[in-house]
Amino acid sequence: MPMPISSASSDTFVKVTNLCFKREERVIFDNVSLRIARNKITAIMGPSGTGKTTLLRLISGQLKPNSGDIIVYPLEAKESGIPIHRLNRRKLYQLRKKISMLFQSGALFTNLNVYENVVFPLREHARLPEDMLRDIALMKLEAVGLRGAHHLMASQLSGGMARRVAMARALALDPELMLYDEPFTGQDPIIMGVLVQLIKRLNYALGLTSVIVSHDVAETASIADYIYLISNGKIIGEGTPEALFAEQSPAVNQFIHGLPDGVVPFHYPAKDYAEELFS
Amino acid sequence: MLSAVQQFGQFGLTFSRKVGISGIFLFNVLFRRPKLQRSFPLLIEQLYFIGVFSLIIIMLSALFIGMVVSLQGHNTLQRFGADQELGELLALSVTRELAPVITALLFAGRAGTSLTAEIGLMRATDQLDSMEMMAVDPLWRIISPRFWAGLISAPILTLIFDMVAIYGGYLVGVKWLGVDSGSFWSNMQASVGFYDDVINGVIKSLVFGFVVTWIAVYQGYYTAPNAMGIGRATTKTVVYSSLAILALDFMLTSVMLKNW
Repeated sequence: MPMPISSASSDTFVKVTNLCFKREERVIFDNVSLRIARNKITAIMGPSGTGKTTLLRLISGQLKPNSGDIIVYPLEAKESGIPIHRLNRRKLYQLRKKISMLFQSGALFTNLNVYENVVFPLREHARLPEDMLRDIALMKLEAVGLRGAHHLMASQLSGGMARRVAMARALALDPELMLYDEPFTGQDPIIMGVLVQLIKRLNYALGLTSVIVSHDVAETASIADYIYLISNGKIIGEGTPEALFAEQSPAVNQFIHGLPDGVVPFHYPAKDYAEELFS
Repeated sequence: MLSAVQQFGQFGLTFSRKVGISGIFLFNVLFRRPKLQRSFPLLIEQLYFIGVFSLIIIMLSALFIGMVVSLQGHNTLQRFGADQELGELLALSVTRELAPVITALLFAGRAGTSLTAEIGLMRATDQLDSMEMMAVDPLWRIISPRFWAGLISAPILTLIFDMVAIYGGYLVGVKWLGVDSGSFWSNMQASVGFYDDVINGVIKSLVFGFVVTWIAVYQGYYTAPNAMGIGRATTKTVVYSSLAILALDFMLTSVMLKNW
């Protein structure tokens, strides 16, 4: 059942309205509207290559839409909202201090160790004495369970550890919105479980608003409050995880249950099999 | 015929677009407001990585080039009984042409490719994007210190090349081949003008350093974020830099010799 679009913006953190975005001639989003609820975990899911990461980049202002609006409602502009796609560079950077993104690869700075990576945004933006920076960095690392690894270089970390350090770094400036780009991809079940619990725990403990882009249905559905399913530039389904699992539409059903054939066919378009084999 | 014209037109449009993007990129790198207190340590760090790490190859190359020029020069001058002019030949060749051009070519090959690969890898691993998301401008934090470090290093390395090459030539010409030391140095002193030769060589090296570093950081910043893209970008850095150095050398030499 679709989330009611409330006229009150206080329970909305991001409102996307009639979004259209093209890459060269390929339409990525065709008149897409969605809402990210404040203090909730919203998941954006869909088949590979459908534009989920592009949507995160549009929400964070890294890309500009061809048409439509992307309005962000941080606490300082809870009623009026800020159109992130129309900001100049200075104002965009100001707003970005409230938004953090966890990239798929972690994107740690390879020439720095774990501690220096986490303290990097603090050094750039907060004029604090070194011992206070150290305390904050260690607290962030403690929250992700890696305080003991603060001396390791980024290249010495496993994939799961790198993601957790990147999460600690993303939380360094106490953002209001966290964007997760495929956080579970390539992780073993233990690390996946760790990351799932971390995302959920941090969201509620710190009062964050989280957006997860993923195609790991089970893990994402276990923590998401609301899910948008995107395919071929449109939203093909939305609702709570329970509602989506019960959804009867063929496209949603195929994705949610991982069916090999359906609306997205198994076979690439080709001539008749018998005709091609025996001709 | 028509498709050939279309392809040529497409090539022209793509080329113009890339020149425009690189120009805007250069403007932003040069004129983004620097945070001097934070930029200075970054600049010093890059001067070390770009300048100091290039010293060995510059000095070794200078030594051998000075030695070869002296050897070849003596071989030819001796036939005309003019081997005492070796110092003049060596110093003028080195300060006017060999030092700025070869330093720039070696700089492009060593430091330029290193810059392109480093920045390209940061692009491929989303480090530049993550910096943007942390509201830190990668142009002033990463690109600008490297650009200015390259621009400052090039003329200093050229002057070092001058000194080492002349010393190498002295070793071969005077110590080995027996040219009179007094004639060697006095003819050099009489013929080499500080502004016409040494300073013009430094001006060339500044221009070459500017162009090589611009090409290197641009190729790294706009590379395709994959292994093939980084490979192509480093190759383009060397090729474009080398061609630009040789073309600019001709133009600058024409202007400096007042033959323009």
